[in-house]
Amino acid sequence: MVTDNDKIIDNLTQSEYKYGFTTEIETKTIPKGLSEETVRQISKIKNEPEWMLEFRLKAYYKFLTMKCPDWAHLNIPEIDFQDIIYYAAPKQQAKYESLDEVDPVLIETFNKLGIPLEEQKIFAGVAVDAVMDSISVKTTFKTTLAEKGIIFCSFSEAVQQHPDLVKKYLGKVVPPHDNYFAALNSAVFSDGSFVYIPKGVRCPMELSTYFRINAINTGQFERTLIIADDDSYVSYLEGCTAPMRDENQLHAAVVEIFAEERASVKYSTVQNWYPGDKNGVGGIYNFVTKRGICRGESSKISWTQVETGSAITWKYPSCILKGDNSVGEFYSVAVTNNFQQADTGTKMIHLGRNSKSTIVSKGISAGKSQNSYRGLVKVSKKADNSRNFSQCDSLLLGDKCGAHTFPYIDIQNDTSIVEHEATTSKIGEDQLFYCNQRGIDTEVAIGLIVNGYAREVLNKLPMEFAVEAQKLLQISLEGSVG
Amino acid sequence: MSDNLIIDKYKTDNIMLQIKDLHASVDGKEILKGINLTIKAGEVHAIMGPNGSGKSTLSAVLTGNERFQVTQGEIRYKGKNLLEMAPEIRSREGIFLSFQYPVEIPGVSMVNFMKTVVNEHRKYKGLDPISASDFLKLMRDKKELVGIDSQLTNRPVNEGFSGGEKKKNEIYQMAMLEPTLAILDETDSGLDIDALRIVANGVNKLRTKDNATIVITHYQRLLEYIVPDFVHVLYQGSIVKTGTKELALELEEKGYDWLK
Repeated sequence: MVTDNDKIIDNLTQSEYKYGFTTEIETKTIPKGLSEETVRQISKIKNEPEWMLEFRLKAYYKFLTMKCPDWAHLNIPEIDFQDIIYYAAPKQQAKYESLDEVDPVLIETFNKLGIPLEEQKIFAGVAVDAVMDSISVKTTFKTTLAEKGIIFCSFSEAVQQHPDLVKKYLGKVVPPHDNYFAALNSAVFSDGSFVYIPKGVRCPMELSTYFRINAINTGQFERTLIIADDDSYVSYLEGCTAPMRDENQLHAAVVEIFAEERASVKYSTVQNWYPGDKNGVGGIYNFVTKRGICRGESSKISWTQVETGSAITWKYPSCILKGDNSVGEFYSVAVTNNFQQADTGTKMIHLGRNSKSTIVSKGISAGKSQNSYRGLVKVSKKADNSRNFSQCDSLLLGDKCGAHTFPYIDIQNDTSIVEHEATTSKIGEDQLFYCNQRGIDTEVAIGLIVNGYAREVLNKLPMEFAVEAQKLLQISLEGSVG
Repeated sequence: MSDNLIIDKYKTDNIMLQIKDLHASVDGKEILKGINLTIKAGEVHAIMGPNGSGKSTLSAVLTGNERFQVTQGEIRYKGKNLLEMAPEIRSREGIFLSFQYPVEIPGVSMVNFMKTVVNEHRKYKGLDPISASDFLKLMRDKKELVGIDSQLTNRPVNEGFSGGEKKKNEIYQMAMLEPTLAILDETDSGLDIDALRIVANGVNKLRTKDNATIVITHYQRLLEYIVPDFVHVLYQGSIVKTGTKELALELEEKGYDWLK
């Protein structure tokens, strides 16, 4: 049996990465390497105000004093920061109001990725900010949203148009010195999305950012800032892909979320960066800091992530539950195949009374990959009656992969209740045979079983993307029988 | 003889399944030691025998479970070489196993599972996927036919089902697929008398002159409801006696010892 399984795994994990193409477009880049000059140059290209440059420089000097974190269950090759291009942009104006001004090659690229930028063709009810390499290409439905007072634009634009908002919130939940990669991002970030939902407004459509790395030797460092004012609601989704290249590319992003009184933010990610080939060559190094703060009473932040891509993933979307009765949620499916490595999870920091958090993590490992869940639940002294429920399940396909769970619990309040459940299972031969006996071949059976396993999390995704995510899970695991 | 000629001959003779000198083992231990069996369309064959006689091994080998290795012999199904077919192909060719221990698949609803199953079978026959409305109608009709509780179909496959519900669910799937050769492996085990009647009724309703059924059981109780044309006694890996339904009664009375 073992040899049969190995054969199937070896034969079939060769499924092609669908988004691996490169777009031929003239790119404006700055020279390779990281220095104070690089930081100044990026700020200058973006025509930034002085305070923004100061923020960057402070972060840069902080970064120089820090070390790459080594506590994760990851084998991270040394990254040569002097060998990376920190700014690359398709050669044209920074921003377009009308689609007619956008280079047809770019429109074609996003069409190929299934992200049409023509508003009439786009998914009903989804506004998109499309980011290629270092800049935002186009944001759709801006006028419709503006009527409600909603700001949805590229980060660079927000710095110019809404400096007070940016100044007030930037770096307040992920300070530049938070960690090594956050410091790097704060110094060299190039673009990203900015969202502001005014008081009492329920955002009428899904907001979405689509990130695409295209240029060679380039790192992508985007920054997303979402502010939900009192009694507002927004659902936000990010997607990402990259060309297939033999060398590794770095992606170090920062996402900050602020939920004020009774505000609710739902943040969903479908992460599909290029994972490298079946021998572990190439792929994106994905080091991301995502954190939200429930500042207001009864506010809520919910993270849902489907992680299938990247050679290395280091990512812990977290919630600081400061407001009384605030709610934090983390729903995650992380799939690793071939030589992929993922160390992902969450932190739930309970500060407010009656705050609640839920963690549901489903790890799926195949091939020779390593998949770890790492999570912290912290309840502070004042967080009376707070509750957490964590469930961490691991599913193994094959016998060459690894699944690991690292839960950390720090409780300083004895009126709180924290529950943790964890399971590890293998896709059973009996399950596969049962499906086979009903006429389902092994490939399809694995997709079915894995989607069933991850259903609890997939159900949390907005409808438009749940179907896409299901297909993605199936493709990522093609052939990895266990 | 060429394959096509063999297939024609089996058709003319109305032979659905022919097992010749079948030997099979698991983990190097020989379980089946020379089985010979011929089943014609329209027939019901009961296979009885004490624990460990090889009954379930036979059903596993017929359905292509890779845990079991065929070391000798031949199986022809509708004239075709069955041992060359992958398990899913055997299914699509009309072989259905009602499992002794149906497997749970958490998170996969029966609706989703059955729709996948039905469409895999249709694809094999060169048909387009079934429409949602036709599929729902098919499910309704078959549920009625086998008298299954309608709530079962909205739940994940076999998850949290009672023993009786699991067995009913097997017969329901059988009704959905209308197999040519159905193998019921200890379908009566764990069923109370009411559930047994429902299951047996379902099986009987699905009988036609064109399909055949193999009933594997310990007890003759099930055979009161599903009346066999032949009863075979399997003992230590071979068929030691073949008779009609009266043989089952005799076994009930005397046990298996007198056959040794």
